Amino acid sequence: MDVIDQIKEIVTTNPIVIFMKGTPQFPRCGFSARAAEALRQCGEPFVHVNIFEQPEIYENLPRYANWPTFPQIYVGGELVGGCDITVELFQRGELQKMIKEAVGKAA
Amino acid sequence: MNIKTRIEQSLATAFAPQALEVVNESHMHSVPKDSETHFKVVIVSNAFAGKGLVARHRMVYQSLTQEMQSGVHALALHTYTPEEWGERQSSAPDSPLCRGGGAKT
Repeated sequence: MDVIDQIKEIVTTNPIVIFMKGTPQFPRCGFSARAAEALRQCGEPFVHVNIFEQPEIYENLPRYANWPTFPQIYVGGELVGGCDITVELFQRGELQKMIKEAVGKAA
Repeated sequence: MNIKTRIEQSLATAFAPQALEVVNESHMHSVPKDSETHFKVVIVSNAFAGKGLVARHRMVYQSLTQEMQSGVHALALHTYTPEEWGERQSSAPDSPLCRGGGAKT
């Protein structure tokens, strides 16, 4: 499977995914930390991909997503955005709704 | 011309913003002194009206393709229409602190 197919599979088979620097427990970037914390507070389990351990994904996800930076957050297979958008949607209560819907569909 | 000025000029040309603030936040990260790697951008423009947040950020990234390729590592982006900016009472969120992952080891 090439890396683009691999990315597609990760985001479509998991309702909530964050591609981040480090892990939610040990984030290695303030933006990744903040985005992962917003997801955690939504209360649903989510998948994380540590891009430092997946160099091919690190290299190719920006092209796949037409989005040049990390973290990248996907809900229901769609790019939600990076840290700033994710946190803003969380503060407005919209992220929680999107997550609930995606988890409901996947169940 | 430094990168901050280039970012300001590119955004001013692309978006005719009503308000624009570009802050070099590189000092908050593990990079050499006087680096230009991490920026916060607050931009208020009519160009964002009717557009979702992902579309807005893509528009900004696209207008800064050259700057992103010349060493800019992170942009904290806060995009508003004039109406949204008014509702926020003209304030954007603060950026997070570094966790060290961008450091070259």
